[in-house]
Amino acid sequence: MKPNVKFRVAKSKAIQAIIMLLAFVCTIPLIAIIVYIFKQGITKINWNFITNLPKPVGELGGGIANALLGSIYIVFFASVIAIPLSIMCGIYLSENKNGKLAYWSRLSVDVLQGVPSIVIGIVVYFWVVKPMGTFSAFSGSIALAIMMLPIMIRSTEETLKMIPDTLKEAGLALGLPYHKVILRIILPCGMSGILSGILLSIARIAGETAPLLFTAFGNPYLNTNMSKPMQSLPLLIFNYATSPYDEWHDLAWGAALILLSTVLLLNIITKLTTRRWKVQL
Amino acid sequence: MESSIIRSENFNAFFGKNHVVKNVNIQIPKNNVVAVMGPSGCGKTTFLRCINRMHELIPGATSEGKMLLNNEDVYEMHPIFTRLKIGMVFQRPNPFPNLSIFENVIAGYSLNGIKLPKKEKERIVEESLTKSALWKEVKDSLHKKGTFLSGGQQQRLCIARAIAMQPEVLLLDEPTSALDPISTSSIEELLFDLKKNFTLIIVTHNMQQAARVSDKTAFFYLGELVEYDETKIMFTNPKDDRTQNYITGRFS
Repeated sequence: MKPNVKFRVAKSKAIQAIIMLLAFVCTIPLIAIIVYIFKQGITKINWNFITNLPKPVGELGGGIANALLGSIYIVFFASVIAIPLSIMCGIYLSENKNGKLAYWSRLSVDVLQGVPSIVIGIVVYFWVVKPMGTFSAFSGSIALAIMMLPIMIRSTEETLKMIPDTLKEAGLALGLPYHKVILRIILPCGMSGILSGILLSIARIAGETAPLLFTAFGNPYLNTNMSKPMQSLPLLIFNYATSPYDEWHDLAWGAALILLSTVLLLNIITKLTTRRWKVQL
Repeated sequence: MESSIIRSENFNAFFGKNHVVKNVNIQIPKNNVVAVMGPSGCGKTTFLRCINRMHELIPGATSEGKMLLNNEDVYEMHPIFTRLKIGMVFQRPNPFPNLSIFENVIAGYSLNGIKLPKKEKERIVEESLTKSALWKEVKDSLHKKGTFLSGGQQQRLCIARAIAMQPEVLLLDEPTSALDPISTSSIEELLFDLKKNFTLIIVTHNMQQAARVSDKTAFFYLGELVEYDETKIMFTNPKDDRTQNYITGRFS
């Protein structure tokens, strides 16, 4: 029997076309969001928008300096808490593939990734805010750090697992102690993956609102004291977008654009650093 | 009797309950090339990895018996000292991909925290690369990453890295199995020069290689050391039937 070549070619062309179409459809939401936020936000952004504090309702102008600075503070301290913890945990998990403790901690990391962010916010409220007696930027950092942990741990673990065991053996055979092999060979070889995990997790939590609702709480004034309530970009967007005032809506649109561009920028930087630090194995 | 540098007495190695090296007694004379050959899974690589205590790094791997380096039991030393005295070259070239050629050669010192003056470092790097017959090819690109070299060059870089530490013994675990014939022959030539300064133990699948490079040959079969003698005798007049069968290609 002669196969119907024309039909086969047509069928494979059609399937190819469908796949391409679907792939394109997947990019539409992102493009639509970027375009829409850009259109709404770009007219509101100027130098004053970045350097001024919000004005009371009824007054024109005003900026988001407090939220911008607050976000930087909160995310910075969250990273300071989460990065060392997760890198060490990631090393442990990649080095101990079968241990009991490794099994349980890997399981907890997976489950932690699925815990809703609002739950993390409430738990931190009861553990940190209540005993301290006040909302604080610090408690916000803790909540965000908890959210960062699973992302970074998994990316560190996966990166280090990719590094061939022969490199570790080469180090040990040179008479290097185990810790030197880890710190001087395995970690540097996995640097690009670990860095990208750090940047992606920062990008991921920079826009988190729920964990900050009952922790950092928000603050209409400029505050740099970590033990006091602090404003942040997602909180500002949440509060101002749900308010009835047009001036505040404008601030929220502008803040949304800034937040979105920061996250996009972080993702691009991630791509670049990954390439820059890539070690050819 | 010649002075032996490595001597094993009733040495056994296990993976869990699996008995992979059975009661091996062997004496390895100084400044010789000793080939260890045998079919796959005969325990030759495991035995090699027992000499510098790399075997015990695998979960569930254990060993018993004596392994003496200059009459000192390596299992009573700290493994770090053992591995400083007994260098190793692996099956696949494994230069550190994050380091340059220069840094790779000096890695045993620098990563161990041994501080050397710059002159001394340069001397060690040049000497080691010269001994491993790589100096001429890489002297202008010492600060490029080692992974840009070809497979054979990478393997010679790994040899340079191992001999830079001035070990007494160098273990080579099928060092040419991942290389093309030209690289293989350059590494085999290199072994001749190296035995002036080091004692070499080379595991090989390849009988011709064993015949070409070694002074003495050991034949392992099913975890046992079947026969161990001068290479010439092993290949012309083996005493054991199993050796005879292996050499004549009746099994492999």
